[in-house]
Amino acid sequence: MKTLALFVVLLAGAMLVYAGQDLPPFGDSTTDMYQNRVTQRYIAGTEVESGVPNMVTALLANYRGYDTLGETTVIFTAGVAVMLLLRRRET
Amino acid sequence: MSRIQESVIVRTIVRIMVPFIELFALYVIMHGSGGPGGGFQGGVIFGAAIILYAMIYGIAKGKERMPVTLDKILASTGLTIYAGTGLLCLFFGGKFLQYGVVPLLPDDPAEVSALLIDAVEIGIGITVSAVMISLFFDVSPPESEEEELPAELPISTYREA
Amino acid sequence: MTGIIDIVHAEYNYWIYTALMMIGFYAMIAKKNLIKKIIGANIFQTAIFLFYISLADITGGTAPIIWEGHEDVIYTNPVPHCLILTAIVVSVSTTAVALALIIRIYREYGSIEEDVILAARKSLQPEFSEYARQKGGEE
Repeated sequence: MKTLALFVVLLAGAMLVYAGQDLPPFGDSTTDMYQNRVTQRYIAGTEVESGVPNMVTALLANYRGYDTLGETTVIFTAGVAVMLLLRRRET
Repeated sequence: MSRIQESVIVRTIVRIMVPFIELFALYVIMHGSGGPGGGFQGGVIFGAAIILYAMIYGIAKGKERMPVTLDKILASTGLTIYAGTGLLCLFFGGKFLQYGVVPLLPDDPAEVSALLIDAVEIGIGITVSAVMISLFFDVSPPESEEEELPAELPISTYREA
Repeated sequence: MTGIIDIVHAEYNYWIYTALMMIGFYAMIAKKNLIKKIIGANIFQTAIFLFYISLADITGGTAPIIWEGHEDVIYTNPVPHCLILTAIVVSVSTTAVALALIIRIYREYGSIEEDVILAARKSLQPEFSEYARQKGGEE
């Protein structure tokens, strides 16, 4: 059982390394992920529209504030779920 | 009590450190807009301070510092602050979570945006810290030695028969 | 020889993160203790976060916080940091609920080894379905 698991893991690792050769080299700045207009708009518009210097906080709370609301709901739901599973009835 | 809980060095150091950890958590939350940090990171650090206190001094003393009812109320309050800020922007004619339309300062929507981002981060920090403390208190074992399983589970009921 | 060194230098981060991913994957499928499976899942998630954030690096760039007074600075990409912050919180939540479920399983079966629990369920299975049929008949 463990040798089969080891074989599957090595096979998956080899496939990932083979597929990873198409990825851009480490530290590339000409990728489309950096040069497209959405990222450039976020970088250029942070100080002007949001008034905060930190780009990541402006993204989280202003440009993508709705996702962060769902995020906070997720962690609240986890607290409620653990309360339901583990809290005993006070006698 | 375990040996760590009885040691004088550990108890004294924890008593000195816990206020500074809480102050650092507040620093991380409030400086989320000017540097690295934000609501989630500061909330976890605040929760870790109370968890450290409860680990060393016992669960009963931890529950004195942060009672369970206050914990439940705080977890909902943070989320209400976040959604309430969004609804406030709706009242003043903008879209949901459009921070620029709230007339706190007359002619500077960027500054109003920065202030409301800070308010939202405080809300997130309150919720995350309350949930971390609640998770710790739920997972920890009860104080008494006897714990009774609820008698409604079918498999355990069947096993006795 | 320099070709191989160039390949390693360009892509060594992907190989390291793939190795970490495979360690976590092996722990998830080959270990029998439930807690070790959850720890393996955590290692897997951490490797994926590191892999995704490493795609955001720009050589010669600085942190994505606007620097007063300097005009021509290259900022690294801030979008993956935002997405991974959300993913970290989701991973913490699922680990918390998984650990709570393991505590309930332990209270129910008395063990957290996977084969012991499966054997207990298999041995109780005919009586349990009989019990469920009786309960359904009463209602």
